[in-house]
Amino acid sequence: MTEIATATKVEEKLFQNRYLVDAGKPHIRVREHEVPSASLLAMTRLCPAGCYAVTETGQVEVAADGCLECGTCRILTRKTGEVEWNYPRGGFGVLYKFG
Amino acid sequence: MAEMEDAFDAIVVGAGPSGNAAAYTLAKEGLSVLQIERGEYAGSKNVQGAILYSDALEKIIPEFREEAPLERHVIEQRMWSMDDTSHTGMHYRSGDFNEEKPNRYTILRAQFDKWFSAKVKEAGALVLCETTVTELVKDLTGRVIGVRTDRQGNPIFAPVVILAEGVNGLVGQRSGLRPEIAPESVALAVKEMHFLPRETIEARFNLKGNEGVVIEAMGTITRGMTGTGFLYTNEESISVGIGCIVSDFAQGEVTPAELLEAFKAHPSIAPLLEGSEVKEYAAHLIPEGGYKAIPQLTGDGWIVVGDAGQFVNAVHREGSNLAMTTGRIAAETVVALHRKGEAMDGYTLKEYERRLEATFVMKDLKKYKGIPGLLDANKATFFGTYPRLFSQAMQTWFRVDGVDKKTKEKAILKSFRDSRSLRGLLGDAWRVARAWR
Ligand SMILES: Cc1cc2nc3c(=O)[nH]c(=O)nc-3n(C[C@H](O)[C@H](O)[C@H](O)COP(=O)(O)OP(=O)(O)OC[C@H]3O[C@@H](n4cnc5c(N)ncnc54)[C@H](O)[C@@H]3O)c2cc1C
Ligand code: SF4
Repeated sequence: MTEIATATKVEEKLFQNRYLVDAGKPHIRVREHEVPSASLLAMTRLCPAGCYAVTETGQVEVAADGCLECGTCRILTRKTGEVEWNYPRGGFGVLYKFG
Repeated sequence: MAEMEDAFDAIVVGAGPSGNAAAYTLAKEGLSVLQIERGEYAGSKNVQGAILYSDALEKIIPEFREEAPLERHVIEQRMWSMDDTSHTGMHYRSGDFNEEKPNRYTILRAQFDKWFSAKVKEAGALVLCETTVTELVKDLTGRVIGVRTDRQGNPIFAPVVILAEGVNGLVGQRSGLRPEIAPESVALAVKEMHFLPRETIEARFNLKGNEGVVIEAMGTITRGMTGTGFLYTNEESISVGIGCIVSDFAQGEVTPAELLEAFKAHPSIAPLLEGSEVKEYAAHLIPEGGYKAIPQLTGDGWIVVGDAGQFVNAVHREGSNLAMTTGRIAAETVVALHRKGEAMDGYTLKEYERRLEATFVMKDLKKYKGIPGLLDANKATFFGTYPRLFSQAMQTWFRVDGVDKKTKEKAILKSFRDSRSLRGLLGDAWRVARAWR
C-alpha cells in the first residue's frame, strides 16, 4: 500500500480514471484567437483535469482527452464564446467506476 | 404540419436520481417511457459525496434497503471550522441512528445509479444508454414535441419531455428554455476515492459494522473562497473532496487539485487517510444559486427536474433528495394529466410547480434564499476571519500557560473586536439571522 498521495500532478490523478476516448473527435475546441480573454486564460489554472495550456505564442489551447466533463470551462467562457463545448458522443469520455 | 406519431407517453433525458425517479414513477403507473442517458451505463458520468437521504427514495421504492448498494448508515455528523493547523468541531453522534430503517446512508453514485436504473427497466421503461440528446424538437408554435439524439435516425416524439439532464443542462439551454448558469451560481467540486481495509476505517472512526461518519468542513481550507470540504466513510473507502464557487476560483490563485491536496494534507485530515490507495479522481459542478437561480420549470411539452432546475440546498448539502422528489412529483403530475387525457402544456404542467410548493423542496430553498448572496458578500469574513478567530480563541482557552482565565477571556474578546469591530460582529450576527430565517 502506498503512502498518502501528495502529488499535485493532475496527470497522475487522471491516470487512475477510466476513459473511452473518441479518437480524432475532440468534444471541446477553443475558437481561433489572437489574445485570450481573462476567463479563457483562467482555465489553464481552473480546469480540474489540466486540459488547458498556453502556447509559445500566447494562445490558449485545449487537449480534452483527460476531461472530466464538469463543464467549468463552458460556464466561465459563456460570455466570450471562446470555447465550443459538447458532450462526447454517447458512451465516450470519462467512465466513473465510483463517482 | 402533419400530425407526428407519438412513440412514447413521455421521454426522460438523463438517468441520474431525478431522471430515474421520474422514469420509474411513470413506468410503474403504466405509461410508456423512453429514458435516454449519454453514459455507457447510468451513473458512469455522475459524481456525488455521497450521502443518500432515505426519505426521498422510500417514497419511490419503499423496500430499497433490501437491494440498493448502500455503503454505511450515518451515525455521526462532524461539522468542522478549520484554520491552517486545527479544527473546531461540533460532533453529533447518536445510538438512535442505529435504527431499523436508517435515515441517511453513504453510497457510491456510479453503483447506486446503475441499481436504480435496473429498477427503472424492471418497472417497464425503455432505457437507452450511450446516447446523447442533442436537441429538442419543436412544432411551429414552439411546443416541444420530441428529441433528437446523436444516433442515426429520425426524431422521437412524445407529448412531454422531462429534462433531468443535470447541472450543465445543455439541451434545455440550447433550446432557449432557460438561460446559461452564471459562474456565481455554481460550485466546482473535486473528489477522490481513497481505499482502506474496512477494519482500518472502523478503528479510525470508532465504528462497528456498517456504521458511518461524515465530516463537513469549512474555513481557511478554501482560501477565502465560498466553499466546503467533505470526508465520508464508505464500506471500504473514504470519499474526500472540496468545492468552491466557480467565479471565486476564477479570481483566486490555486488550482482545484492543489486545494484538494492541501485539504488532504491538513493535520486534522491526513491521519484519517494515511496508507490509503487512491482509485479515482472526479470533478463535477453543483448548482448553488438557490431559490433565486431557479429557472422556468415548465412549458408546452416540457418539465425540468433535479440539478437542471437548480434544486440543491447547499446549506444542508442536499441535492439527490431534491432531485428524486422533483422527478417523482413531475412524473405524478404527468400521470394525472395523462389519465385525464389532458394536453401537457405550460398551463396544465404548472400543477407540478404548485405541488412542489407544498414540499420541503421549495420551502427549504425559499428559507435560505438569502444565503448565497450573504456568503458571496462576506466570504473573506466567513471563510477566513471567523474560522481563524475560533481556532485562536480555542487555543487561548485550552492552553495552560500560567495566564489567568479572566485575562484569557479579555484577550479572546479583544481578538474578535479587533478583527471585526463590535458593529461588524453585531452586523454579521444580524445578517446571518436574517438569511437563516
Ligand atoms: C461533489 C458532490 C457532492 C455531492 N454530495 C451530495 C450529497 O452528499 N448528498 C446529496 O443529496 N447530494 C449531493 N450532491 C448533489 C447531487 O449529486 C445532485 O443534486 C444530483 O446528482 C442531481 O441529480 P440529477 O438527476 O438532477 O442530475 P445528475 O445526477 O447530474 O444526472 C444527470 C444525468 O443526465 C445525463 N445527461 C445529461 N445530458 C444528457 C443528454 N444531453 N443526453 C443524455 N443524457 C444526458 C447525465 O449523463 C447524467 O446521468 C453532490 C454533488 C457533488 C458534485
Ligand atoms: S469540462 Fe471540466 S475537465 Fe473538461 S476541459 Fe472543461 S474544465 Fe476541464
